[in-house]
Parts: sequence; C-alpha cells; structure tokens
Amino acid sequence: MNLIFEKHTLSNGITLIVKENHHTQSVVVRGRLQGGSNVDPADKAGLASFATTMMRRGTSQRTFAEINETVESLGASIYVNCGQHLTTFGGKSLAEDFDLLVELMADNLLQPTFPPQEIEKVRGQIITGLKQMEDSTRGLSQRHFRQILYGSDHPYGRFLNGTLESIPIIDRADLLNFWNLLHPQDGMIVVVGDVKAEVVLRTFEAILGQWQPDHTPPDSSLPTPQPLAEPVRHIHPMLDKSQVDVVLGCIGPSRTTEDYYAAYVGDTILGQLGLGGRIGKNVRDTEGMAYYARTNLAGGLGPAPWYVYAGVNPSNVDRAIELMLAEVHRFREEPVTDQELADAKSYLTGILPLQMETNEGVASILLQIHLFQLGDDFITRYPDLINAITKADVQAAAQNYLSDEVYAMSIAGPYEG
Amino acid sequence: MFKGTPTFPKGSIMLEVNRNGGVLNGFTSQDYTAYFEVLPSDRLELGLRIESDRMANSLIDPDEVASERTVIISEREGSENNPEWALYEEVMAAAFRLHPYGHMVIGWKEDLHNITRDDLFQHYKTYYGPHNAVLVIVGDIDVDAVLTRIETLFGSIPAGPLPPPVTIKEPPQQSERRVVVRRPNSATRYFHSVYHTCEGTHADAFAVLMLESILSGASFDSSTTHRSARLYKALVETEIAASAGASYRPSINPGTIHFSGTVRDSRTLTEFETALETEIQRLIDEPVAEAELAKVRKQARAQFAYMMERVSSQARWLGWLEMMGDWRRLDTFVDNLAAVTAEDVQQVAQKYLKPANRIVGCFEPLDES
Repeated sequence: MNLIFEKHTLSNGITLIVKENHHTQSVVVRGRLQGGSNVDPADKAGLASFATTMMRRGTSQRTFAEINETVESLGASIYVNCGQHLTTFGGKSLAEDFDLLVELMADNLLQPTFPPQEIEKVRGQIITGLKQMEDSTRGLSQRHFRQILYGSDHPYGRFLNGTLESIPIIDRADLLNFWNLLHPQDGMIVVVGDVKAEVVLRTFEAILGQWQPDHTPPDSSLPTPQPLAEPVRHIHPMLDKSQVDVVLGCIGPSRTTEDYYAAYVGDTILGQLGLGGRIGKNVRDTEGMAYYARTNLAGGLGPAPWYVYAGVNPSNVDRAIELMLAEVHRFREEPVTDQELADAKSYLTGILPLQMETNEGVASILLQIHLFQLGDDFITRYPDLINAITKADVQAAAQNYLSDEVYAMSIAGPYEG
Repeated sequence: MFKGTPTFPKGSIMLEVNRNGGVLNGFTSQDYTAYFEVLPSDRLELGLRIESDRMANSLIDPDEVASERTVIISEREGSENNPEWALYEEVMAAAFRLHPYGHMVIGWKEDLHNITRDDLFQHYKTYYGPHNAVLVIVGDIDVDAVLTRIETLFGSIPAGPLPPPVTIKEPPQQSERRVVVRRPNSATRYFHSVYHTCEGTHADAFAVLMLESILSGASFDSSTTHRSARLYKALVETEIAASAGASYRPSINPGTIHFSGTVRDSRTLTEFETALETEIQRLIDEPVAEAELAKVRKQARAQFAYMMERVSSQARWLGWLEMMGDWRRLDTFVDNLAAVTAEDVQQVAQKYLKPANRIVGCFEPLDES
C-alpha cells in the first residue's frame, strides 16, 4: 500500500500536507499547534481546555451565534480543542464550501475576542461537566488512575478539563495569556478530500500564512515522570452504583520510543484481539465477569499510560483484579505464542485499508506521520515494521513497562476494599 | 451468536475476522438485530461463511449461556450506573404499557436472570433463518460471483415459518404521564420527555424528522454540532441547560420523539420544561422559516456525503431501511426530507406534540427532595 501526498510550508513555517481524494465529496482539515494542557499553571488546571473552547465563542468578525449559524448552514463542523501537548483545530465540510471553512477556522485561531458573557457560560458548562464526572465510575477511575500514576505535579497527572477548584479562578486575562502563547512554529495542517492541492496551498497561505506573532513559541517539553517505587491502590467508594470500574497499569512508551511497535503488537495480544485479547478472554469470556475488559496503550508525544481496565460486578472485583494481575504476570514472564504473534501481525497489517477508508482516517494517519516524524514512506514500510517484531521483542517491552508488582490501581464504584 | 458453531468454535469468529484484517460486531435495536463484518474485499468469503454457518448451526451451549448471562447483566449494570439511562428506562416504561417498545433492548434484570437456554434456542430457531433475514453486501465485489456464492452457502438453509408478527397496538394515551427518578449522591438534574409519534413508513415520518432537525440539527453524522438550532438557543444559550436535544428514530411500529437534556447547576427542571414547552408551542403556532428548512436540507446532503464514505455505514443504512420496508429508500431519503414544507412541520407539531400525548421524566438528586 502507498499513500501519496504533497507537502508544503507556509510563509510562517506551518507545514501543510495535502492529499487529494476525488472519490469523495468532502474535505477534512486537521491542524496542530504547540501548547496544550502541559502549559496549565499548577493552580489553574483546565486553562488550555477552557481557552481553546473560548476561541470558538466569538471573533472580531462574528459572534458565537453567527459562527454557529454560518458553519451549521453548510452542514459543516469546525473545532478548536486541546490535548496534553497540542492545540488542535480543524473542520469538515463539503468540498464546495472549502474556502469558507478555512476562513472560519482561521478566524477562530487568529481573532477570538473572549467575550466576558461567553466566558461565564462556558465556565458553567465546564463545572456542570465536572460535577457529572463526580457521578461517573468510569470517569473517576480513569482520573484517579492518572493522578496516582504520575502525581499531581506532572501534567499527565492532572485532569485536562480542570477541577471544581481551578475553573472558578481562571479569568479573562488567563485565557488571553494562553491564546497569546500560540505560534505557527512546528505547526502543521493536514487536508484530505475533493480539493486541488494548489488551491489548498493558495487558500491557506492567503488566510493563515501571514500570521507571525512577536513572541516565542510555548515550551512543550515535559518533566520526566517519576516511576512508582511501590504499588499504589486508590479506592473511591460510590455505594449507590451498580458496577465497579477498575483501572490498573503503569507508565508506557511514547510513540517514538524504539520499542513502541513491540509494545503495540504485545498490547494487541494482551488486550485487543478478538474480544479484548487475553484480558477480554479471561475476565469477560471465560469467567463472565465483565461486559468490557481490555487494555489501552496510547503512545503519544510523551510517556502515556499502558493499562488494563474493566467494568465489573461488585462481588467480582477481587477476583477480576486477581485475573488482571495474573495476565500481566504471564505477559511478562512467558513469551507470547507463535499463533498469537502471527494473529496480531496479520490483524494490524490487514486493517490498514479500513483505517484509510475515509478522508478522516487518511487525515489521522497523515497527522501521525508528521507529528511523530514517521517518514513519508511510513505506510509502505508499516507492514515490514510490524512483521519484524519477535516474541523476544514483545516480552522485552512487557518487562520494560508493565508490572504486576509495582503499578497504579484505581477503583471507583460500589466497593470499599 | 458469537459463541460457537461446530465449524467456528467459541472465540474463533472474532479471531478469524481480526486475523483477516477485519472488524466485526453485532447490535440489537428495538426492531431488528444485525451482525456485521468489515473485511478487505478479497476476504468476503469469510464473512459469508460465518453468517451462513451461524444462521443454521449455532450451538447456544448451556455453559456459554451461563457465562454470557453474567456478561449481559454486567452490561446492564454499567448502564444503570448512568442516571440518564436510568431515567430513560423509566420514561419508556411509562410510555408503553403494552407494546414492547416500553422495555429497554437489554431487558429487565429479572428477565435476564430467568431466561433459559431453551428460551434462547427457541428464539434462535424462530427468528434466525433465511425466511426472516436480509443480507447486505457493500464494497468492491463482482455481483454475479457473489450471488452464486450466496446461493451455495445460504441456499440449503431451510426456511422456517415466518415468525409471529408484533401485533400489539399501544392504546392511545389519554393524558400526560410523569415520572421522577431520584438517587442519592447525584448532583446533576436531567430531563427526558417523549411524545408518541408515527411509524417510519407513515406519511408524517419525514415531517417529524424535519421537525426534530430544526429543533436540534440534522443528525445523520455524529461530527456535526447543532448550536444554531432552536433548542440550543432556547435552553443552552440561556444557561438553563448544559445540553439539550431532540431525537426521532423512525421505527417499524409507532414510536416516540424524544426531548432531553442536562440542567445547569443552580437552574431547575421546571425552567427546562417551561423553556422546552415554549419552543414546542412555537412549532404549533407558527410555520418554521424557509431558511431553517434550507439549513436542514444542506445538512442532510452534507452528512449523507460524509456517511457514504464508509461501506459499513452504507450497509447499515440499507439494512435498516429494508427492515423498515424498502432498501431503495436510501436513494430518495435526502430528497424526501428536502420535500417537507413548513406547513407539514406545523401539522405534525399540532398532531403529535400535545400534552396528553407526552410522558415527562425528571431525574433529581435524592438529597434535595
């Protein structure tokens, strides 16, 4: 398989990647800029998320209502969001509306006005969302897991959306400060769809290419997280709920570490293949304990967690934890079987066409290629990369990251230990 | 149905599909059950073999039933954790006293405990057969070759008698019903109301869909927002609600249109309900604007374009429309929606959105009452 695309650089340094696809009627845009929740001040968790939400709430050209009316009248969508390292922006429309789509996206990026009334509306929405999370076993189990795994000093240990303490004290100046950090350096935009590359380049250069802020780009570096020295368990009893959520794991690889693909193939075996890999098979299938039981290996710009998680009946929690730990132990101590390795490889290489079926899927892959500098020929090399992984590689990755002795475990639901 | 035939023993269906670079799943809706595989186009044979095999030869092994029972109960308990789901269940149970639309697809927990292996096997024998099935294939295929293969694999499966149709008719509702769900330690208030409406093949169905889309945006694709739609402006912009929307999913028997949302901290369910009623009254009193109709038409056209990029979405739509009576409606769906007029919308609002025809549900924290 091959993925042909064009790459250009705008005058301000933003990389523009374009893939024409005239078998569709849509166009998808995905953009990334440096700076996300990793730049939240320690007492103002949620600032980046709040600020990027606010960037959609009114510009010097259009009020929030006018933006919505314009975008939605096209049957299009635009967004500005943030992750832990990056500000993300983009949109989707029919190709016939491409020019207006780009203008609306750029408007949000370059000319937001942070209207005070809108700030208070969004603040209220965020607080409602945070309160809803206080009632969610899945949300709380995940949030506490990250807190105990990374500690509250590390950006990965803090909740991207903030807290009930931090959101009320964020003011308009804070939000503007975040927006003023954004910078085209190391920025990238991916465009896929029924558009001509030269039109895309011309349009973006005209609308975004002259953006040259005076300040320097934000610092996107992260402190190295401190690995745990001993196992940490956190239980959050919620006795009125029917189900318990359990998360168990360790700090995993980033996307660019050398053993990432070994971990990725291993994770497919441990918690993805079939009904959730070995974890799904033994916790859900064999013992019938959970509706969902699988793993997650995020592998982003930094060392994201690698973990096992399940939703279990309260009377089964101890047994489910025992099983999860036993599977992690087995995964470390014994090489995976030849069959498992072959199955994982044929799955990961086989689903590539499916992942590239839509403009959104292709945009996502192009973004990964450039964010993680995987190489322009990545898609061509990908099957060989995966097929080269050996049982020893998988076991080494398992031992490098996962442990059934030193781990973080977070439980939320009708369970008190 | 994933747990084994003599040819595909337990666990192997999923593994085989994954191994061949595919994904799969199944789902049950109110009206039908579907199973699907998405595979590289040169692996179609595997999908056909799996579906023909399990249509005829599923074991429904008793030990597997026991194990799967706890899994399904676990799935239900996950839903029970969610106050919005708990409210939705109560509202639907109040909306339908006779018709099976009144119970959740997952079923009541007591029933899940009591269903036997024989119940399941009987269900399988009654409903799972060529007499009651539609096979949909979308992709890069040679139609003649595929038809021959289908005849070979499925042709010998005996057709049973047609399953008994669902003939229960829900008696017309005489007056408004209200339900309240309260739980401790839940800080958020939720609202969910439904009105009885028509079946998907009724002449009013597209007008109801247009009404829903004007209130809450066209919803044929999950990526699009609806902040310029009426309910957002009336409920979210005014800070009464953190979220608010309408939903109508055409069904085989007369179904419901839903209105739901999350009340903002420090606002009340009464405020939500009052604001919603104002919007409903507007639809009853005044024809909608041409610009609003035009917006929905464009949204539908765009969202269909997005949707059609996936073979699996096309197949899902074809299957659903065939369940509703005619798969060919995919080609005319957007045009039929576009043909709805302002008068049509006002008429269905007046016909269906009457207080006597609704069930109103409120979720509130127990500590407050």
